[in-house]
Amino acid sequence: MPADIVLKKNQDQSLSLFLSGEWLSKNNIDNRAAVFDAVEKKDFDSIILDGSQITQWDSQLTAFLVHVMEICKQNNIRCVLNNFPTGIDSLLALAFAVPKHTEAAKTIQHKAFLTFLGNVVLQFLEKTKSVYAFARQTYASLVRFFLGRAVMRRADLFYEFQEAGPGAFPIVSLICFLVGLILAFVGSIQLKLFGAQIYVSSLVAIAVTRVMGAIMAGVIMAGRTGASYAATLGSMQVNEEVDALKTMGISPFDFLVTPRMLALSLMMPLLVVYADLMGILGGAFVGIFMLGLSPEDYFRMTMKALLMKNIIIGIIHGAIYGVIIALCGCFQGINCGRNASAVGSATTSAVVYSIVWMTIATAVLTFIFSVCGV
Amino acid sequence: MTVPFLEVSDFTVTYGNTVIMHDVSFTVNKEDVFIIMGGSGCGKSTLLTVLTGLKQPAKGTEMFVGRPFWGNGATKADRDALMRQAGILYQSGALWSSMTLAENVALPLEQYTFLTAAEIKDIVALKLDLVGLGGFQNYYPAEISGGMKKRAGLARALALDPQIVFFDEPSAGLDPISSKNLDDLILQIKENMHTTIVMVTHELPSIFAIGTNSIYLDAQSKTVIAQGSPNELLKNPPNETLKHFLTRGEK
Ligand SMILES: Nc1ncnc2c1ncn2[C@@H]1O[C@H](COP(=O)(O)OP(=O)(O)OP(=O)(O)O)[C@@H](O)[C@H]1O
Ligand SMILES: [Mg+2]
Repeated sequence: MPADIVLKKNQDQSLSLFLSGEWLSKNNIDNRAAVFDAVEKKDFDSIILDGSQITQWDSQLTAFLVHVMEICKQNNIRCVLNNFPTGIDSLLALAFAVPKHTEAAKTIQHKAFLTFLGNVVLQFLEKTKSVYAFARQTYASLVRFFLGRAVMRRADLFYEFQEAGPGAFPIVSLICFLVGLILAFVGSIQLKLFGAQIYVSSLVAIAVTRVMGAIMAGVIMAGRTGASYAATLGSMQVNEEVDALKTMGISPFDFLVTPRMLALSLMMPLLVVYADLMGILGGAFVGIFMLGLSPEDYFRMTMKALLMKNIIIGIIHGAIYGVIIALCGCFQGINCGRNASAVGSATTSAVVYSIVWMTIATAVLTFIFSVCGV
Repeated sequence: MTVPFLEVSDFTVTYGNTVIMHDVSFTVNKEDVFIIMGGSGCGKSTLLTVLTGLKQPAKGTEMFVGRPFWGNGATKADRDALMRQAGILYQSGALWSSMTLAENVALPLEQYTFLTAAEIKDIVALKLDLVGLGGFQNYYPAEISGGMKKRAGLARALALDPQIVFFDEPSAGLDPISSKNLDDLILQIKENMHTTIVMVTHELPSIFAIGTNSIYLDAQSKTVIAQGSPNELLKNPPNETLKHFLTRGEK
C-alpha cells in the first residue's frame, strides 16, 4: 500500500491530515501536491496530523513532516502530531536543532543585460591585470634564473626538457610525415597536369620549412604539452601545493613556470627542424613511391628549394610559438580555481588561447616578413 | 540467533605481490558502532575499499545482511545491489565539486528512486537539516569549510536511508569541538535511523565515546591482534601494542 494522505477540514478552523500506508522513499506520496496546495492557503489556524495508519516509514515521512512544520512555523500555525511512530520525534528534533542558515541565503539570480555587460568588462579588466602580473613575474623569474638565483631543482628542469623535446618525437613524426604526404599528394594532382611532378619536391620543401612545420609542431605541442602544463599546475593549485611552495618562500614562478618556459621555448625550434625533416620525408614517400620520381632527382630538387632563409623563418615561428604555449599553459594553471572542474576549464583555455595567439602571431610575423621582403 | 549484519572471514588483501593483511575475520552486529583501529599505514583504508566492494580480496569471504558480498559466488551485480543499502563518508568528504550541496545529496535519490522532484527536494532539505546544514542547499563545496564538507558528505551518505554507513577518519582535520559534535551527530543518527556504523579512526576520544566493538590491525604482523569493545580493551589490553595505542604510549 503506497503512502496516502486524507484531508479533512474541521469546524473549528483546523485542518486534519490522516497519513496512511508505507511512507518509504521507494513510494511516491499520493496527492502530495493537493495537500500542499491546501496547506499553502493558510485558511485555518492549526494543522492536526494523524499517523496511526502508517505501516512503514523512512526519510520520506520525516521529510514531509519537516516541510509541513516549516510552513506552519513561518505562518504561526499550530501543528500537532498524533499517534506517530516512535523515534520520529527525536529525528524531527535533530532536524530542527540547528537554525536554518539564512543570512545571504544563496539564490540564483538573473541579471539585467547592463549588469551582465558591466561584469564582462570588469572581468576583462581583471583578466588583463592578472595577465600583466603574470608576465611581469615570469620575466622577473627568468632574470633571477640567469643570475643563478632562482630556486628550482635541476632534475625538474631536465625532466621538462626531456618531455618538451624528445618526448614529443613520436607524435610529431607521425603528424608531420602525414602532412608532408598530404601536401605532396594534393600538389601532385595539379602539377601532373603540366607534367611538372618533379616540382612536388620544391613545393613540399618550401611549404614545410617556411611555415607548415612550425604550425604543426605548435598545434601538437599546444595540445600535448600546453594542456599538460595547465592540468599539472592546476591540480597543484587545487591540492594547495602551490600555497605550500609560497609559504616556504619559494616562488612558484621560479620553481614551476621558469623550467617549463625555458624547456618549451628552447625545444620548440629544434622540434620545428625535426618536423621539417619529417614533412620532407613524407613528401618524398609520395614522390618516390607514387609518382615514380627517382630518389636522387627528388632530393636534388629538394636541396635546391631549401633556403636557409625559410628554415630560419620557420625556426623563429617555432620559438615564438613555444613562448606562447608555455605562457598560456602556465598562466591558466597558476590562475586555476580550486576544484576539479576548474582544472578542466583551465586545460581547455590553455589549448584554445595557445592556438588563438599562435594564429595572431603568425599573421603579425607574416606581415613583418613580407614588409621586410623576406 | 539472528544472522550477523556483516561478516568477514579470512580476508587476505594484497597489492600486487605485497600482502597488506592476512587472516582478518570479524563480525559486525546490527546497530554496532564498529571501529577499525591501527597505526598509520596498516591498511585500514584499504580494508574499507575491500568492504565496500571497490577492491577484491585475494582470499576470504564477506557476507552482508546474510547475503554473499565477496566469495560464495557473489557477482558484481550482487555487490552493487547491496551497496545501495550502504553509505560511505570519505576521508576528504569527496563531494562533487561541480554540484551544489543539494545536487550532491539529490544525485543518489535521482538515480535509485522514483521520487518526484518535489519529494526529493524535501528529502534533501531534511538530510541537510539533520547534519546542521539547513539553508546551505545552493552552496558549492568550495564555498564551505572542511568540517561542513564532512557533514555534507554525511548528508549524502545518508541520502538513501542506508542500513550501514562506512566512515574513513570522519574527524581527521577537525578541531576537538567539531570532532565531538560530529561524534554526537553520528550517534544520534545511528540511534534515530537505526544505522550500523563501521568507522576507521585514530581519535581516541571518539573511539571510547562511541565505539561498541572494534578490531586492531597491526602493521607488523599484518593481521587483527585484538577485538572487542574499546572500553573493555582499555581495561584489559591483551597485548602491549594495543595498550600502547590506547594510552598513547603514556605510562
Ligand atoms: N595503490 C597502492 N599500491 C600499493 N600499495 C599500496 C597502495 N595503496 C596503499 N598501499 C599500501 O598499503 C598499506 C596500507 O595503506 P592504507 O592507505 O590502507 O593505510 P591506512 O591504514 O589507511 O593508513 P592511514 O591511517 O595513514 O590512512 C600501506 O603500506 C601502503 O603503502
Ligand atoms: Mg587511511
